[in-house]
Amino acid sequence: MAGQGPDHALAVENLSVAYPLKGRDKSGARRRLLAVDDVSFAIRRGTTLGIVGESGSGKTTAAMAAALDAAALRRARQRVQIIFQDPYSSLNPRLRAAEIVREPMLHAGRTNRAEQDRVIDELFEAVGLRPEQKSLFPHQFSGGQRQRIGIARALSTRPSLIICDEPVSALDVAVQAQILNLLKSLQRQFDLTYLFISHDLGVVQHMCDEVAVMYMGKFMEQAERDSFFAAPRHPYSRALLDAVPTIEAAARPRPPLVDGAIPDLSEPQTGCRFASRCPHAMPRCENEVPLLADATGAAGHHRLACHLADEIGSAASG
Amino acid sequence: MATPLLEVRDLGVRFTTRDGQVTVLDDVSFTLERGERISFVGESGCGKSMTALALMGLLPAMGQVSGGSINFKGEDLATASEARMRQIRGNEISMIFQEPMTSLNPVFTIGRQIAEVLQLHRGLDRRTARARAIDLLEAVRIPNAAARVDDYPHQLSGGQRQRVMIAIALACEPEVLIADEPTTALDVTVQAEIFALLRDLGAKLETAIILITHDMGAVAQMAERMLVMYAGRRVEEGRVADIIKAPAHPYTRGLIACVPHISTDATRRLERLPEIDGIVPPITSFGRDACLFAPRCGRASEVCHGERPAPAGVAGHKAHSVACWHPHEGGA
Repeated sequence: MAGQGPDHALAVENLSVAYPLKGRDKSGARRRLLAVDDVSFAIRRGTTLGIVGESGSGKTTAAMAAALDAAALRRARQRVQIIFQDPYSSLNPRLRAAEIVREPMLHAGRTNRAEQDRVIDELFEAVGLRPEQKSLFPHQFSGGQRQRIGIARALSTRPSLIICDEPVSALDVAVQAQILNLLKSLQRQFDLTYLFISHDLGVVQHMCDEVAVMYMGKFMEQAERDSFFAAPRHPYSRALLDAVPTIEAAARPRPPLVDGAIPDLSEPQTGCRFASRCPHAMPRCENEVPLLADATGAAGHHRLACHLADEIGSAASG
Repeated sequence: MATPLLEVRDLGVRFTTRDGQVTVLDDVSFTLERGERISFVGESGCGKSMTALALMGLLPAMGQVSGGSINFKGEDLATASEARMRQIRGNEISMIFQEPMTSLNPVFTIGRQIAEVLQLHRGLDRRTARARAIDLLEAVRIPNAAARVDDYPHQLSGGQRQRVMIAIALACEPEVLIADEPTTALDVTVQAEIFALLRDLGAKLETAIILITHDMGAVAQMAERMLVMYAGRRVEEGRVADIIKAPAHPYTRGLIACVPHISTDATRRLERLPEIDGIVPPITSFGRDACLFAPRCGRASEVCHGERPAPAGVAGHKAHSVACWHPHEGGA
């Protein structure tokens, strides 16, 4: 399922993930929850794809499934690493910082101790930690410094793809800027490819070259950064963008979301998952699943899963 | 001008720890008018939540008010008895918290938890309180309130739970509602709905709102005035529009600039975000006579490290003050 084209660090086609549930449905089949439904994406080397969505949208599941699948390819494991959201629980409290960074190299079978030490020294410097901090334990670091250790750990096997799972959500705003700047400079320095998962559209706009908006297991919209932020087309993308509190005073009046029930993903979906909350929904939206297709009139790559694509496309920049 | 609803003057809070006394809040002053919305902004540990807890008489056991006054409608809450504070809490001053699940009791229905406040503070009988609870659930826009009143907290979504917390907090139509990061645990579309709800109900009931947050966007949407806090002190205060347009304190300026705010101008692309270097100082240094931001500040000089800057007015703005030896002047 996951492969690598010449220009792509990762290509995922038709990825679905289901969790088994207790009980059986009417036909006697095991019930299951379809957390990720037929998602495809590719990330060009050295670039960043952002997956945005609210809690429960499946964005983390999709990324982790893509990573696992890539890891299933022989020797691929060391090529994909993850930076986690919580710098407190994602570091082993009983290991010294240098050993935390060393671990992935051991798993990858790089047993030359001198070589490991060289990589550790190099990465401590690259992420802005001092050499004497190598022998400290995680609790002796601040949250931002811990996230730096997590980043050094992710880099130690020289991965070609790093999944950043809400890497700054648990940090104070001033520290967030430091970590985001670090991730960007490391990307240039080591030619890294990021799959960047976030609920924060401001962060995604800053970090990503391409954006995918996910809702209830499906990609709703997928586009190059500039095309997306200049003219988001999907009603859900617009609702998300409008909901972000901005320091620019001018509010954009758009129809409010409908307070509808969220679909039950343990049942087969017959229509658009967003229809129950969409201010523009029409009967077709409940009866036919919209497919991701090229948006009309967009500059560059811009795909959209919405039956109303043509109606709202022209007024997109509003 | 008439006396404000709430006037906090030179409020100090100290913690008694194994290593001795540490200052947590240092000379915090502000006023709040009836129906006004103010925001406390700053990073974790800056004292914004501690200020709120001091107002509520809910300081942790190791903490005590070490100076100053909290004048609420002619009464000093800093010296009020616990019995008196119990009458005020949830009745005249209410608070909602970040995590609505841990603030609600999981074994009682939401209707009972709303009714309890009304029975306690307003002496309503059970039936009247229940009917009023349904009204309140409708007011916070819970669909089908008459049926949902018998739900338990786990049957509600995160956003609905926060609505229930708001219903409880507003049940007695308090004069002040303190909202401590009320939407941090919620999705952004839900956050927008909660903010709209707080604005509407605050205006309707003439409840003054204190919003505690680290998010300048939230401040811009919700508050008329803001108080920027750093290391237990007020570093800048003024009208939200004035401060966002021309922040005078280097820390405020950094807080606004370091966040990648969403922009409709997609061509605008920053390679690097402006950083505030370093981290917040350890709490043991909070009481020192110096500008505590100086070690992280690009404008710091000798005086900043040796003397505490007093709040002073900012030219050209009414009620805009800054505690800084080298404030920024004029526009951004």
